Amino acid sequence: MDIESAAVLLKSYDGPRISVMEVCGTHTAAIFNTGVRSLLSPKIRLISGPGCPVCVTPTTFIDRCIEIAKTENRVVMSFGDMLKVPGSRVSLAGARSEGGRVEMMYSPFEAVARAKRDPGTTFVLAAVGFETTVPAYALAIEEAAALGLENIRLVTALKSVLPALKWVSENGEADGFICPGHVSVITGADAYTQLAEKYDKPFVVAGFEGEHIVAAICAIIQALSGKRGVVRNLYPSAVSGEGNLKAQAVIDKYFERGSAFWRGLDAIPDSGFYLREEYARFDGGGRELGDDGAMPSGCLCGDVIAGRADPSECLAFGGACLPENPLGPCMVSAEGACGIWYRGAGSEGW
Amino acid sequence: MKITSAHGSGGRDSALLMRDIFGRRFSNPILDRLEDAAVLDSSPFTHGRLAVSTDSFVVTPLVFKGGDIGKLSVCGTVNDLLMVGAKPLYLTCGFILEEGLDVDLLDLVAASMAETAQVAGVSVIAGDTKVAGYGGGLCVNTTGIGVVPPEREVSAAGCEPGDAVLLSGNLGDHHACILSARMGVENEIKSDCCCLYDITDALYAAGVRIKAMRDVTRGGLGTVLNEIAASSGCAVSLREEDIPVDEAVRGFCGLMGLDPLYMGNEGKMIAVIDGRDETKAIKAARKTQNGKNAVLIGQVATGNGVSMQTRLGGTRRVDVLYGEGLPRIC
Repeated sequence: MDIESAAVLLKSYDGPRISVMEVCGTHTAAIFNTGVRSLLSPKIRLISGPGCPVCVTPTTFIDRCIEIAKTENRVVMSFGDMLKVPGSRVSLAGARSEGGRVEMMYSPFEAVARAKRDPGTTFVLAAVGFETTVPAYALAIEEAAALGLENIRLVTALKSVLPALKWVSENGEADGFICPGHVSVITGADAYTQLAEKYDKPFVVAGFEGEHIVAAICAIIQALSGKRGVVRNLYPSAVSGEGNLKAQAVIDKYFERGSAFWRGLDAIPDSGFYLREEYARFDGGGRELGDDGAMPSGCLCGDVIAGRADPSECLAFGGACLPENPLGPCMVSAEGACGIWYRGAGSEGW
Repeated sequence: MKITSAHGSGGRDSALLMRDIFGRRFSNPILDRLEDAAVLDSSPFTHGRLAVSTDSFVVTPLVFKGGDIGKLSVCGTVNDLLMVGAKPLYLTCGFILEEGLDVDLLDLVAASMAETAQVAGVSVIAGDTKVAGYGGGLCVNTTGIGVVPPEREVSAAGCEPGDAVLLSGNLGDHHACILSARMGVENEIKSDCCCLYDITDALYAAGVRIKAMRDVTRGGLGTVLNEIAASSGCAVSLREEDIPVDEAVRGFCGLMGLDPLYMGNEGKMIAVIDGRDETKAIKAARKTQNGKNAVLIGQVATGNGVSMQTRLGGTRRVDVLYGEGLPRIC
């Protein structure tokens, strides 16, 4: 189908109301940046999923990192997006202004380089991310081991997206899914087959251009009126059926799976990546971090992450919760649904 | 040789630094007097108003593809003067050097500043050096002085519906270049760092009625246009297909989850011009070295805020940049 006829189909769609979940924040951002929402029939609802690693990281993790940052001879290194996420009391950025040693990194290898230069200090990585980022942590640990470094640790809140999609399929409102693009590069499109068949919902792998997203929504509409439980790979230039086997192997070598708590969702079995026993000397914790209870008062991030509410349905959105002064994690991150909605549509929401 | 605290002592080592690096590189009759203050002839300022701007520069790495902190510190301040319609004349520079800095690197930075200043037609007339901390880095502050001819009146508040928006070239080159270097990503992306005087000279020479100018630095095009829209009480509408981004930069942005509309540049400007002068302006800008990829990207309209017609045919609101524009994790 060419782009013109796809656009006509989406604008004139008059079938049953459908909800399509774009799982990852990069797709949410692309949807606003390309103006896809302005091209849809009111009967097609796009909902944002749990695909922002920062947003699903529990406050207990942030609190733990802050505790480490305030310990003598420890430096916490974190990706920039994590720094402003509120913990139970303050954020990592807040802890830094209180004297905690927190530094922003662009790559886990920066921590390895720092650890090599400064053997008297232990560098603790606030390890957050999905399948896309986990290999970088694995390779950083590989390098640290090869260099014989003893002053580097990971506190892990690393997660696998697929078990969360299973949770959302059971508990959420989505009729079909636009699969996370970058994660799919690692996992492969075949990884969604079981979910598609079990829950009888279409899973479509798509790129990040406007045309790709339009094509993915069309493919979901078509599947919903026929054989529903299918996987379509519309991004074959980057995503294969089996995925990136090398990346999968390096993840598997250093990490094992265990239950992990997803902020806003639940504790999800097998959805966390934790360092294997052989690498316990690099392990700074993570397994023990459990449920952190409620979201900040007045914050609907939990429902937003699960796809039960649009950001604009939250009373705090654009008022008490703003990008420069976020109440919940979804407003902080560049990949968080609330922040993207606010930047893309203003305080009224879409 | 490395910088030590002695270079900041005010004694012999400081004098040698002044003689061998700054004095040699920036030599001109005003600076060469080596007095406590530069004394300027007032004649350039009798016909026009004085324009002053100051900016501090911190960048990692200090030397990057397409420039270095020295070139950056001259271009940044010169461009700020140009954007109010001024002819830049003089610069002062303050250096904060960290102990451990390689003196050869400092000399390279000073040489680059001198070369850039010469091309832009400005003289460095005063300066200062301090040494602080250990780390081998350096920061530069430059202050620029220029004169605005009486007939020039540019202001972000001066735009009206019907005006056109001209952008001088590709977006995102500097930001992508610096981020690539910091993240260890190998590519050919070069910073666009340059002085924009050739474009402003060409626009004025062609008789283009310029309402407002801004260099598109931190915060990117989205932020700059929002400031102009708010100051003028107007809306700005853009056409995505007309906004140029280099293929390599577009690929890098895709990979990092960055939006070229919010990426910093160091050699790009927008000019809001009278809509009737569109053709004249684009012809004039494209004849210049730094404006050869200039394009008209949209219009000023009644209303408020900035919106964009997307390539896909949808519409998008373009807000200011929030936060720092960091690469994504996922």
